[in-house]
Amino acid sequence: MVSLQGAVSEHLSSMNRVFQKSEMKGQAVLVRQLRDIDACDALIIPGGESTTISRILINSGMYKVIRERIMHDDIALMGTCAGCVLLGKELIDSTTDIKLLEALDIQVERNAFGRQKQSFEKQIDIKGFSTPYNAVFIRAPVITRIWGSCEVLASVGTKIVMARQKNYLAMSFHPELTSDLRIHQYFLEMI
Amino acid sequence: MKEFDLSKLRHGTDLIKRGFSKMQKGGVIMDVTTVEQAKIAEKSGAVAVMALERVPADIRAYGGVARMADPTIIKEIINTVSIPVMAKARIGHFVEAQALEALGVDMIDESEVLTPADPFFHIDKRVFTIPFVCGCRNLGEAIRRIWEGAAMIRTKGEAGTGNIIEAIRHQRMVTRMTQALKTMQMAQIRKLADEYCQSYVTAFKTLTNQNVDEKTALFGPTTYSQLKKEINEILIEIEKLQRLPVVNFAAGGVATPADAAIMMQLGSDGVFVGSGIFKSKNPEKRAKAIVEAVAHFDEPEMIAEVSKNLGDAMLGIDISSIPKDQLLQERGW
Repeated sequence: MVSLQGAVSEHLSSMNRVFQKSEMKGQAVLVRQLRDIDACDALIIPGGESTTISRILINSGMYKVIRERIMHDDIALMGTCAGCVLLGKELIDSTTDIKLLEALDIQVERNAFGRQKQSFEKQIDIKGFSTPYNAVFIRAPVITRIWGSCEVLASVGTKIVMARQKNYLAMSFHPELTSDLRIHQYFLEMI
Repeated sequence: MKEFDLSKLRHGTDLIKRGFSKMQKGGVIMDVTTVEQAKIAEKSGAVAVMALERVPADIRAYGGVARMADPTIIKEIINTVSIPVMAKARIGHFVEAQALEALGVDMIDESEVLTPADPFFHIDKRVFTIPFVCGCRNLGEAIRRIWEGAAMIRTKGEAGTGNIIEAIRHQRMVTRMTQALKTMQMAQIRKLADEYCQSYVTAFKTLTNQNVDEKTALFGPTTYSQLKKEINEILIEIEKLQRLPVVNFAAGGVATPADAAIMMQLGSDGVFVGSGIFKSKNPEKRAKAIVEAVAHFDEPEMIAEVSKNLGDAMLGIDISSIPKDQLLQERGW
């Protein structure tokens, strides 16, 4: 878990609840410094502000280390909201303030639904889930285009909101804000 | 697939409002008065900007009635940056808040930095779609604001002074009282809930010259007994969580990276920096340093490193030199 900025403690507690229920050994820990990453098999990049998280990733040296592990296929990644933006390969309104981690073959548009007034909750269908999932969208991005082996897992209308490629998972909503643990469970099974 | 209708979705729920605040955690929210300052703030890693006409230090110097900023400035800033834009409304001035919501502001600060508009009531924040942040000096003020619908709390500190002492005082007041709840019996907590209702009771008595009973409506349709019950529920939640149920930022006096980091070590989830950045010699460098200090608040080497060569901080004011009637923290109740 990258604990730099955003909804970190919420992801930590969701993930640890999943560990408690599962047979799998392991635990979720906070990654606050460069050296913390070495012990991790997987990272969650939380929701927050993508410009802020990107800046701290670069300044702390974490950006370089995560990129290297992506190139060696040596890490599982989940990105929510701002994390989804950072895991993508392309950004529609590209800015020098954000350096993408380029894990998934996706193009992302930030704040695609509008401002906070337009933030919403909605029951969505996720591929592989037997019942709908209550997704919370906060100034959310959307995935505007996918290519390569990337697979769409969920959409809202015509907009893609969740995608997977290899052991990378990106979604524009916030599974850490609700008590439904299915997405954290799904990610654990991907690792 | 059909395009969906955004207007038919659930907006403005507590989950969405409090969720928005959670995305700000571990971040720095900076006061800006121009588009150029907003760009610097975004580039420096701010999680949001507070759009203002004047920073608190200038409001203090300027005097007169401080009101909501000119919408032109707010709109320009909204159109310039991709991070959230917040703006301040006067305490109790729900029409300023309505106007800010209509403008597309992402969060409203019902702020004591502006001149209060209503001598009796703060804004009923539950009826708005966008979230509010409110100031507090102690647990009672924090709980009243949360009950009224605030999705984020910040210490009031003493804005525009560059002096951290009041922010630390208020953070300690909240933290210590939160810990004290653990040692209290249910009956004592109920009594405390009643105490915390008294500012609404006083407002009613002043307005009507009558005494209250359990059925008296004190805030909108909410009766005295219902208010006590709901405040009590919030107290019990805080006792269990051992923290506020909403995100809690520090504000009012942060001028250096070390100021920001001490507030984080004392339990704040993030910081607001008002005059501290753009009233200093080298705003961009200081802004970046404060962002780093908040991200690495418990790494002393890092704080030492980013504190080097920042140029002069804002001069600052000794709190005891401010006449009591000019203390901003006394506004609100």
